[in-house]
This record gives sequence, structure tokens and C-alpha cells, in this order.
Amino acid sequence: MASPHVAKNADPESEGNRILKSGAIGGLLRRPEMGAAAGAVAPWAYFAIVAGDSGFLSLGGTASYLEVSAQLGILAAAICLLMIGGEFDLSIGSVIGASGMVLALLTVEYGWNIWPAIAVAAIASLGIGFLNGVLVLRTGLPSFIITLATLFIIRGLTIAITRQITGRTQLGGMRDVAGFDLAQRVFAERVTIGSAGFPISIAWWLALTLVATWILLRTAFGNWIFGVGGNAQAARNVGVPVTRVKVLLFMASSLAGCLVAVIQVISSTGADVLRGQQQEFYAIIAVVIGGTLLTGGYGSAIGAALGALIFGMVRQGIVFAGVDADWFQVFLGGMLLIAGLINQFVRSRATESRR
Amino acid sequence: MSEPGVSSTTPLVETRNVSKYFGRVQALHDISMTVHAGEVMCLLGDNGAGKSTLIKIFSGVHPPDEGQLLIDDRPVRLGSPRDALSAGIATVYQDLAMIPLLSVSRNFFLGAEPTKRIGPFRRFDVATADAITREELRKMGIFIRDTGQPVGTLSGGERQSVAIARAVYFGARVLILDEPTAALGVKEAGVVLRYIAQAKARGLGVIFITHNVHHAYPIGDRFTLLNRGRSYGTFAKDAVTREELVSMMAGGEELEALGHELEEIARSDAQIAPAMRQAARDVTAGGERAG
Repeated sequence: MASPHVAKNADPESEGNRILKSGAIGGLLRRPEMGAAAGAVAPWAYFAIVAGDSGFLSLGGTASYLEVSAQLGILAAAICLLMIGGEFDLSIGSVIGASGMVLALLTVEYGWNIWPAIAVAAIASLGIGFLNGVLVLRTGLPSFIITLATLFIIRGLTIAITRQITGRTQLGGMRDVAGFDLAQRVFAERVTIGSAGFPISIAWWLALTLVATWILLRTAFGNWIFGVGGNAQAARNVGVPVTRVKVLLFMASSLAGCLVAVIQVISSTGADVLRGQQQEFYAIIAVVIGGTLLTGGYGSAIGAALGALIFGMVRQGIVFAGVDADWFQVFLGGMLLIAGLINQFVRSRATESRR
Repeated sequence: MSEPGVSSTTPLVETRNVSKYFGRVQALHDISMTVHAGEVMCLLGDNGAGKSTLIKIFSGVHPPDEGQLLIDDRPVRLGSPRDALSAGIATVYQDLAMIPLLSVSRNFFLGAEPTKRIGPFRRFDVATADAITREELRKMGIFIRDTGQPVGTLSGGERQSVAIARAVYFGARVLILDEPTAALGVKEAGVVLRYIAQAKARGLGVIFITHNVHHAYPIGDRFTLLNRGRSYGTFAKDAVTREELVSMMAGGEELEALGHELEEIARSDAQIAPAMRQAARDVTAGGERAG
């Protein structure tokens, strides 16, 4: 090359700018949460029209669906990472019941301060997540089967042990527990805006969504999550510690279940062995509506948050619209079906050759 | 051990009388092979010949049951693919080289992400990853419009090429390519062969595994033939023709045996005898012509 300077100016740089531009727009359209973002507008607009004058659009109405969205969204943020990592966790609903009961038993029944009780519940949930992960990776069985098994085992243990100790399946009286006031500030405070009280769980939801997004897009660990979900063997070949990544994701999803349990127990000042039933399915639905692939390797935590938002709007919107709540499940299944089809389309677009 | 066509330099990697068993099956029997800097060693063999097992010994997946693996003339024991990588042996697997839904630059740095420290946190430095990926691919002569596009949108040849560029960038001295041209069309295969030549020109030792002599012959310096876990020997390019390699690949003796088999059938069944006799003649003649 006689004149590298000229060569540099002539071709690649100017070319590079143009590429960058189309790349930025293409990149936005390629984001997994795009479908969910569009999908979130539709139910909001629908219920705004149908139920706008019966309170859906009011601050109180907004607070009511955001509260539903927030608790599900906390689960969805963690489940989303796990699913991008290529695994399921069906046991998370049972973890909610179990950690809530651990918290209530230690405080109400044994007189502990609430904070060490929360710590024990968190450690117990991390232990369950660890067990799920190790079982999945050691046995090579699908996580669907392993966590379906732990779903029943944990729920059964929670019911049996609680009845053994207390003779009941519900425990109340959290309000009198030592340390309750501060815990209520942290997990169950309501911030009054206008006439409506917005629960602090919304802040937890948004914060965890941001953390999950940061991890996914801006840390090496996030890249490993995509890698182990996209192709575990390929990831292993280039030195990604596949087992460690997956076990940590299982532990995170259990911990998210514990956080929701703590929020519920403190807000309602009691625990019930049946808490969290079906939450595992709702969380998966929120994550899939948010654009994450069931097969792993692709997805977004922001999408999962949007999925949870849609879930909350539909669940509460139906109530505001005066429709029988029985129809909720029909809506939910329908949305899942549509989201699944959109995902399928997105995935084929992303993998098809562009030439 | 005197091997044909070997320079006097120390081999980068070597197997010495390596055998490997899986239960009672002997996958490899007494294989000795060397790879030197700046050469392309082609490992030829049909399905089930033991090529995959041999690469897995080089790449740290399996330890040999007998014999030795040597790196720079020193006996080593590789416990994992990670060990092999840090010893400078990189393997590009045909189907498992890349993650389709992940972007080009994220694939390029998967498992070795560049990070920046922000307070107590380490951030994945996406901008640096993009820039290095673009630059490294350019060095290999690969022009990709957007390093953020999913690898799945690349053609098969481009994917293999990105994987090769990655291995070179991360300091591989020995590059093992497992059937890199198998699922590719002629033009695409040509692209991959070009990058193999580039890797060789940069002084890497390349082990090119294939069952396609026509892809191996133009690029290879030496050829090791495997058949049912045994080595037929190593041949320098100037000591062997393409046709001879084809014949040995198919197994000259086996063709002869197949010929006899067909003759037997011809004798026992009069109805199809003429066709079988013709087939038998074709098989043996083909083997002789090539041999």
C-alpha cells in the first residue's frame, strides 16, 4: 500500500458510518422486547376505552394493576435470566409458599426478630435453588422434570411441616413481631400519590429489571448466560463455566421467589402454605410475552417487565371492565399463544441469512 | 521415528503411540502424529475412523489410555478443554463453533470478555469488543456489515471463518478444525480454505480434519490417514497423489473384499449375476486404477 492514508479515507471509514447508521436502526428492531412493547399498548388502550370511566385510568386503578405486575415482575426478572440460560424453574411458586412460611414460623411461632428470619428464609431459598441446579446438571434430566418434582416436594413439605408444628395451614399476627415496622418500610410501604397508594414493590420490580438488564447486556456473566442458553456445549468449548452459571441462575430465581414471599407476608401480615400457586406459570408467561425464547439463548429482562405489566393490566382491567374474572384465564392463554407465534417469527428472522 | 516430509524443528504438538479405549472398543490404536508450526496436517478418514477421538485427545476432552501427548516436545496431561486452550491448542468444532442467536462480537469474545472496572463492578466493554472483532475479521479478510448482527445471519463459511479468526486472536498456536468444510458449498468451502492458508501463513500449526480429499489436497502439507482407529501412515504432499489418497481413504483392501463379495453373490444368484459381475469388476478396477 503506497498511500495508506488515502486508502483509509476512501473506502472503509465512510462505508463504516453508513453501516453504523443502518445497524443502529436494525439493532432497535432486533431487540427481543419490541413485540412486548407494542403488545403492552394494546391492552392498555383497550381497557382505557372499555373501562376508562370505571376507574382503570385513575391513579388508584393504575396502582392496582402495577401492584399485580410488580410481584410477578420480580419473579419474571429472575426467571427471564434463567430461561435465557436455557432452563426452567417450575418450583418457584412453591418456594414462595415455603419461604413465607419459614418467615412466619420463625417470627410468630418461635419469637424471632423479623430480620434474621428473613435471612434464614433467603438462605433456605438459595439452598433450594442450588439443589435444583445441581440436580439438573448432575442428572442431565430436563429442568422441567426436576423442578416439577421439587414443586410438589416443597409444597408438600411446607404443608406437612406447618401442620405438624402449628396444627394449622395459615399463620397471622406478623404485625406484633419484633422489627416489623422497619421491614414494612422496606418491603411493603405505600407511597401516596394523589389519592392512591403505590406499593414499594413497584420500586423493587423496576430496580431488579434494571439490574437484570445490566447483567445481561453489560457484564461478562450476561454474555455467558446467552452462551449457555444458546448452546451449552459451544459455550463450554470456549471456556464458559456452564455449571456455575446455571446453578447461580437457579439460585437467583429461588431468591426472587423468597423476595416476593417476604413482600406478601409483610403486606398481608400473615402466611399461607398455599401462597404462590401457579406463579411459576404466570412468570413463564410474562417472560415469553416479553420475547424470551423457551429454548433459551435469546431474550430480554425489559421484555419480561413488559410481560408482567401486560399481565397486571389484563388481570385488573377485566375487573374494572366488569367482565367476569373467569375470563381472565382465557385472555391469558390467548396472549401466550400470540406471543409464542411472534417469538417464532422473530427467531426465524434473526437466524435467517441476510444475503 | 522417521516421518516423511518433516522439517527438523520441534513439533508444536505430537501424539506418540496413543491408544484409546471406550469400554471394550478400541477407538484408537497406536497413533503417532506430529504437527509443526506453519504447516497444515490433514487428518483423513471415513466416518468412525477415529478422527474425532484423536482430536478430542489433542483438545483435552479425553486423556489417552496409552501413549503420550507432547507439547513442544514435553509430555503433558490435559485435564480439560480449558487446559488445551491455555496451552495454545484451539479447536473449532463444525456445529459447535458459534451460538447462532448471539451477535458476532459477543460470540467472538464469549468466555474471554474484555472488561472495564467501574468502582467495585466489572463491566463488559462492548465497544472494545466490537472494535477488536471488526479489526480482527478485517485482518482475516472478512468484511461484516455489523458486528451486532446475530451469527445465525452469517453463511456457514463466514461462521467458520469467524471462529478461526477468534482462535487466532486468542493466541492459538495449534488450530484444530473439525470438518470445517463439510456442510458447505464449493464456493463457501473455498472461503474457509483461504482462511486456513492465512492461519498457516501466520505460523500456526493447523490440523484439518476432513473426509474430503479434494478439500484437503490443495491446502495440506502432510496427510495422516486413519481407518478403524489405526493409522495408514503419514504422507508428505510430494510423496502421494490425490488419487492414491482417495483410494487409501476408501480402503484398497476393502474394495477388493467388496469385489469378492459381489462375485459370490453373482455365483449364487443367476438372475442378477451379470449386474453383480459388472459391479465387482468396477469396484476392483477402480481400486487398482487409484492405487
